[in-house]
Amino acid sequence: MPSVTRRVLLGTTVSSLAMGSVEGRADDTTPTISAAPAPGSPGAMDIALQINGNQVPLVVDPRTTLLDALREQIGLTGTKKGCDRGSCGACTVHIDGRRVLSCLTLAARVQGKAITTIEGLTSGDVLHPVQAAFLHHDGYQCGYCTPGQIMSAVALIKEGHTRSDAEIREWMSGNICRCGAYPNIVAAIRDAAQRS
Amino acid sequence: MQAFHLSQPNSLDAALAAARSHGAKFIAGGTDLMQLLKDNIEVPTELVDLERVGLSSIQADASELRLGAMARMSDAAVHPDVRAGWPAIVQALEASASPQVRNMGTIGGNLLQRTRCGYFRDTGFACNKREPGSGCPAIAGENRLMAILGGSDHCIATHPSDLAVALTALDAMVTLHGINGERRVPIADFYRLPADTPHIETILQPGEMITAVTVRASGAARNSHYLKLRDRASFEFALVSVAVGLDQRDGVIEHALLAAGGVGTRPWRLPQVEAALRGKALEDAVFGDASSIAAGGASPAQQNGFKRILLQRAVFRALQMASA
Ligand SMILES: Cc1cc2nc3c(=O)[nH]c(=O)nc-3n(C[C@H](O)[C@H](O)[C@H](O)COP(=O)(O)OP(=O)(O)OC[C@H]3O[C@@H](n4cnc5c(N)ncnc54)[C@H](O)[C@@H]3O)c2cc1C
Ligand code: SF4
Ligand code: FES
Ligand code: FES
Repeated sequence: MPSVTRRVLLGTTVSSLAMGSVEGRADDTTPTISAAPAPGSPGAMDIALQINGNQVPLVVDPRTTLLDALREQIGLTGTKKGCDRGSCGACTVHIDGRRVLSCLTLAARVQGKAITTIEGLTSGDVLHPVQAAFLHHDGYQCGYCTPGQIMSAVALIKEGHTRSDAEIREWMSGNICRCGAYPNIVAAIRDAAQRS
Repeated sequence: MQAFHLSQPNSLDAALAAARSHGAKFIAGGTDLMQLLKDNIEVPTELVDLERVGLSSIQADASELRLGAMARMSDAAVHPDVRAGWPAIVQALEASASPQVRNMGTIGGNLLQRTRCGYFRDTGFACNKREPGSGCPAIAGENRLMAILGGSDHCIATHPSDLAVALTALDAMVTLHGINGERRVPIADFYRLPADTPHIETILQPGEMITAVTVRASGAARNSHYLKLRDRASFEFALVSVAVGLDQRDGVIEHALLAAGGVGTRPWRLPQVEAALRGKALEDAVFGDASSIAAGGASPAQQNGFKRILLQRAVFRALQMASA
């Protein structure tokens, strides 16, 4: 399956690149990407976020969402922006182990909390079992909703909401897939839950 | 989103002090407020973060349940004491929004979420609730989702909270804290009808905060249910919902508590249905009679007449669930 090869490639190289860039910037107190307000500009806040185990200093506008900070300032683009209004789940991350929506979270409000993004699920080149299950069951088509689906699924399995397919569907209802890959998503989660 | 200053007080007193500044607004889970900020529907100049204030405890004993205003919806829903003593609250919470939103959203914020009226949420339209005096395009426009009870010539928007419907049926009290101290009000008095001031939705005073919600323990609360009917199976607001609590002895209804959502401009108590059930037998014929008067006084708009019948049927079904 050539598409799997491409996805494996994307899944590992993009995320390790992204991780590299966080680590690269972790010691640099002035992120250079343009989305950050100039240090000292009115309202700018010096903050530090704990992302995937790394302490990341940042300068943000108080209005900056965690989603925009991740994507535009830190370079972790695995977390996706779908609706930016809480309705799709594409931006799902974990904060202190709970699945939440980064589009409705102000970055300045989550200092001192452990933030995990899709890039932080893997250790080295080994996929997280839920990532592997999505790959095995082809739990996506375009892949745009997939990071959010996987982050949500990892939390769902930990919550124990996998006793039936109906329960999986209900507790995954905050993650919309416009491609309609739902049957394969449910199969992947059922499989990963049984192995965990 | 307009610029604001973010303050992060770490005590109730500090939060109340910060909220005294003109243009201040509390932010709890942020799940509704962030949407409203992004769309310039709310334009506070000072955002007072309640995260470090505490107020997140959930306590229950033989007489009462107390939910801190900052308790997360998901934490209240999994709490074993809440599940045992107040199942309608659990069911209302679990039927709300999505798991991610429930992990963020709080009890206090939930009660104060704004209406889902599409005109209110789009600054391209007039809306008396958003901009007093500008008009209400819903009355002669898209009104399939609007209220059939409690509306006025100025606004017919529904209150969207599921939790508030369960709390209204169960006679909850809301605890408020302001600079002048604490007061407790029945939830039935907390929400106002729109009348000619639809922009004023509750009796909350400027700078005043919800600190807790309390609900009595009772047989009706222990045997309570929440039925939610919507356009899709999950992750959707209610078209019509019904919270019911039934206290029965030997097949006779001693006490019935009922409230409806999706139909009123505020969570809608159904006292006439409660009266029709009191002292009657637990049987379908009684439920049929009582539910037939559930929509009394309704005045639907052009597209939402169906809610009248849906409400009657939802009451009937909810009564069956509570007596099963
Ligand atoms: C996609 C989506 C779907 C949803 N579906 C449903 C649904 O089906 N049913 C349902 O009931 N809800 C639904 N909701 C709404 C959700 O439940 C609310 O947004 C949430 O409960 C609000 O809580 P919060 O803590 O995030 O409030 P915030 O957004 O932080 O605040 C909301 C308002 O309350 C004020 N506030 C917050 N806490 C206090 C306090 N303690 N004292 C005084 N003022 C306070 C804020 O200033 C603000 O005005 C949905 C939301 C989303 C995003
Ligand atoms: S129904 Fe109320 S909220 Fe909706 S447009 Fe009319 S005034 Fe605004
Ligand atoms: S982008 Fe956050 S829920 Fe859609
Ligand atoms: S795979 Fe395309 S949106 Fe889900």
